[in-house]
Amino acid sequence: MITIDHVSKRYPGGRDALRQVSFTVAKGEMVLLTGHSGAGKTTLLRLVAAIERPTAGTITVGGQNVSRMGNRGIPYLRRNFGLVFQDHKLLHDRSVFENVVLPLRVTGFTAREAASRVRAALDKVGLLARERDNPVTLSGGERQRVCIARAIVHRPAILLADEPTGNLDADNARNIVALLDVFRQVGATILVATHDAEAFSAAAPRVITLSAGAFVA
Amino acid sequence: MTRWLANHARALRDALDRLRHPLIPTALSVIVIGSALALPLLLHLAARNLATLSGQLDAEPQLTLFLDTNATETETEAVARLLARHPAASTVRFVTRAEALADLRTSAGLGGSVDDLGRNPLPDAFVVTGREGDPTGLETLRDEAASWRKVEHAQLDALWARKLAATVRVGRVAALLLASLLGIALTAVTFNTIRLQILGRRDEIELSKLIGATDAFIRRPFLYFGLLLGAGGGLAGLGMVALAVATLNRQLSGALLLLGGVGGFSGPAISDAAAVVGVAAGLGWFGAALSVGRHLRRFEPS
Ligand SMILES: Nc1ncnc2c1ncn2[C@@H]1O[C@H](COP(=O)(O)OP(=O)(O)OP(=O)(O)O)[C@@H](O)[C@H]1O
Ligand SMILES: [Mg+2]
Repeated sequence: MITIDHVSKRYPGGRDALRQVSFTVAKGEMVLLTGHSGAGKTTLLRLVAAIERPTAGTITVGGQNVSRMGNRGIPYLRRNFGLVFQDHKLLHDRSVFENVVLPLRVTGFTAREAASRVRAALDKVGLLARERDNPVTLSGGERQRVCIARAIVHRPAILLADEPTGNLDADNARNIVALLDVFRQVGATILVATHDAEAFSAAAPRVITLSAGAFVA
Repeated sequence: MTRWLANHARALRDALDRLRHPLIPTALSVIVIGSALALPLLLHLAARNLATLSGQLDAEPQLTLFLDTNATETETEAVARLLARHPAASTVRFVTRAEALADLRTSAGLGGSVDDLGRNPLPDAFVVTGREGDPTGLETLRDEAASWRKVEHAQLDALWARKLAATVRVGRVAALLLASLLGIALTAVTFNTIRLQILGRRDEIELSKLIGATDAFIRRPFLYFGLLLGAGGGLAGLGMVALAVATLNRQLSGALLLLGGVGGFSGPAISDAAAVVGVAAGLGWFGAALSVGRHLRRFEPS
């Protein structure tokens, strides 16, 4: 489903964030990207989602060469993804509901269908009661869960999650891991960047370790 | 198709939300655009009203020869013969002093005051029109006729009409120039309003791109916003013009009665109004398109 082939990324300014990284993620597989802070985990997820372009190497998603994709094709590629951001990227000028519904607006769902999907997604992360609240009034962990709800609301084929359990206590982390695992079982491909491989042990994912931008295990 | 419609309906609703919230800047923009449109529209209306006025009041140049009040019939006939032979004269009409008085009594609504005069102060007169394509012929005739026996006074009319016509032409050109200048101003106002909107919505735009929104999707609410802002400004401009015309007509009503037959300063026609709103909406859309095109580029993935 996702192929990373000798991918390198050098940011402007000369830092090598990734060096010659290669691996593949099969359809319906969950892969964990671990490594110390600054190892290049977020960078790799951004390359897969075509938010950045690799300096060298090739990334394919579902057979499509993402690294060479033109700007016109990128929006349609991104609709296959659910993105969980390390910094959540919630909009603070609207309610939780209005945040989670955004991916459905983009693809033109009817208001009714969208509403029922948003409520289902919020229910899965245990935040249905907060749908009218502003994200500013939520705790860090709750914001994280809203971000996860937004990532799964359109039932994407691929989930790219950056530190999805970063701000969560053990109970909530377990719930999120279980949720991602259910997702995987119904066919989603999942790539997770995390410091905390331990939290995911229940889902028994394959673990890839980066160190200073290079593949080590 | 229904999805396309739903997308546009949503964009329109978004744009309306953005217009209402916050309201003050929107209101200010609408007023600025409205005044920018009201100015050339008023000038255009003034030119058109003047043109109507000069059409209603006979604008054909004509020369009037007023005879001495003591001219005899033979002396009058001598003048008539000279006129008939003159190459510059096309038609010659003799207006007796009695006819002139009657004319004055009815056309200018001065009946009572004329009767007070007791005796008719008006002279007999010849009214001469010139030949077409010979604008200076009547002037020559006037200079010659001034020295004829018993011609008291030779007056070339319609000079004022020519001046009026020239004024109308200048007014039209000025209205057009002003409209173009202010059209640019209107585009600039929407351009800047949209620029501020985009800056205020950086996070939303960036996120929309990340979750797969196309440029068209992101652009659409801004374009509708520009369109509605322009149309709103157009309506505001029409309102201002309507108010100005009403005020003007109240002030003028006394004066216009004197001119007789002139119905007052007419406001914009439905077609004018539709054109103003349409053009304003179009320029708003255009300003928004320029702004969005320019400012969305910085959100491309690097
Ligand atoms: N936009 C950028 N411009 C320049 N350098 C960057 C940029 N983003 C990341 N880097 C650098 O690239 C390297 C990898 O960063 P990345 O964010 O991928 O690390 P990470 O593994 O996600 O770290 P963390 O666990 O702290 O989130 C770091 O050294 C970082 O400083
Ligand atoms: Mg990171």
